[in-house]
Amino acid sequence: MLRLRQHSVIPGFGLTLGYTLSYLSLIVLIPLSALAVKGAAQPWSQFSEAVFDPRTLAAWRLTFGTAFIASLINAFFGLIVAWTLVRYDFPGRRILDALIDVPFALPTAVSGIALTAIYSQNGWMGRWLQPLGIKAAFSPLGIVIALTFIGLPFIVRTVQPAVEDLDPAVEEAASLLGASRLTALRRVILPALQPALIAGFITAFARSLGEYGSVIFISGNMPMKTEIASLLIVTKLEQFDYAGAAAIGLLMLVSSFVLLFLVNVGQWWSTRHLRRAA
Amino acid sequence: MISHRHTEAPWMRNLFIGASVAFVGLLILLPVISVFTEAFRKGLAFYFTSISDPLAMSALRLTLITAAITLGANLIFGLAASWLIAKFSFPGRNLLLSLIDLPFAVSPVISGLVFVLLFGAQGWFGDSLSSHGIQIIFATPGVILATIFVTFPFIARELIPLMQEQGAEEEEAAVLLGANGWQIFRRVTLPNIRWALVYGVVLANARAMGEFGAVSVVSGHIRGRTNTLPLHVEILYNEYNFSAAFAVASLLALLALVTLVAKAALEWRIRAEERPAVMEEVV
Repeated sequence: MLRLRQHSVIPGFGLTLGYTLSYLSLIVLIPLSALAVKGAAQPWSQFSEAVFDPRTLAAWRLTFGTAFIASLINAFFGLIVAWTLVRYDFPGRRILDALIDVPFALPTAVSGIALTAIYSQNGWMGRWLQPLGIKAAFSPLGIVIALTFIGLPFIVRTVQPAVEDLDPAVEEAASLLGASRLTALRRVILPALQPALIAGFITAFARSLGEYGSVIFISGNMPMKTEIASLLIVTKLEQFDYAGAAAIGLLMLVSSFVLLFLVNVGQWWSTRHLRRAA
Repeated sequence: MISHRHTEAPWMRNLFIGASVAFVGLLILLPVISVFTEAFRKGLAFYFTSISDPLAMSALRLTLITAAITLGANLIFGLAASWLIAKFSFPGRNLLLSLIDLPFAVSPVISGLVFVLLFGAQGWFGDSLSSHGIQIIFATPGVILATIFVTFPFIARELIPLMQEQGAEEEEAAVLLGANGWQIFRRVTLPNIRWALVYGVVLANARAMGEFGAVSVVSGHIRGRTNTLPLHVEILYNEYNFSAAFAVASLLALLALVTLVAKAALEWRIRAEERPAVMEEVV
């Protein structure tokens, strides 16, 4: 055991290694492998029936579609918000900055019922949307709103440091070379922010796929129409269909792992790329 | 803040500020305000009756107990893991770092599901647990386990980078001066990491008290027994008891706001402690 590490005079290697590995295994690794085994160790016919029956397929389409639209909306506004917070000074800037973290801190059940109250027929927003023929709560639009709410901080907090790191000399050069500010924004600044924007988009998207608390109140949960994949897992568990729940859960887990792996690879690639360029 | 020579025209700046304020105001501020207005819609008396209801109180009790045990367990783990990773170098260290982050990538419902698959009636250990009369799922232990899982990386995540940055020189000096492990930790390491530690605990606490999806899967929603505050909000809401649901929700919203203020204060504090070190380097 001791040969594992380079020589160090500091005590506690064996103790902390043993404790860290046991606790990690008990709380995280064994439970996650239970999902992998339970999900994968069933006949293919059973697995595919759980994962691809029409009701589940509708849930997949809805979950991925709403998460994608919400993350696109957030990529657009998140970029503007991050830019505004870093570049401009205006009264209330610090409050605006603090508000971005609210979706991280507010329990999802609370955001869920609050959004539902606002966007249902008589709510603050719902009463304006209703006459326009827009049904926000209890429709896919409601799910998009909830996912936009929880996804915003992921984009803003990823793009903000990238805006701070922009090299002012590049912008100056663009303007000295006669580029208008709009051209500089489009041709110089936007490409420089692109890696962070994509990383933020994927992180928000991955997080939205599994979101539960803020969605289930506003979605209305109608099978085939407004039922998300996470809710299907809960429904299957309530019917004691452990294998079905594990199959859907495993597929969700794999998708979010793949997405977050992509973010990591992208970040690794862009830092290497930048270092080589510098 | 920045030289405005190469910045946008005023109309464009105002457009960006206006769009940001409108978007964040509508999307984020409006829901927060609505929690409190809905909570007080039926008046103060109704509000206080709702939050002092015995079922609400028992939910609050379970939430506090769960958070206390969760934070204790994850605090010990965070200290052990950060000591291990920051003070020693050994093969597999980066893999270990990624494994500690795993629960961040697992969605709430799945975080509950994994424990049902282990300890539920038809889970791996379901039979042997029930023959010994032990219940984990639909009972307090399940709620605590799921909460520990979702907050697992929070404290370790704050401590590891800080301790890595600080290195092991001070601890090595203490060893040479004859200090034992516990003394080194108490006198040398802990004072260096205390604010990051508090920061991690504050964030973990907000998540532990507010967790919904994972807890909802393992709790069984037994009123007065396995209901946490967020689950109590759900039950009241599904019974169309909206004002009471928002009254209880306002407690959680208040917790979130306090957390954000504490977070900002701690970030300021941590930066203030870092500054003298930077000054020294410059000199």
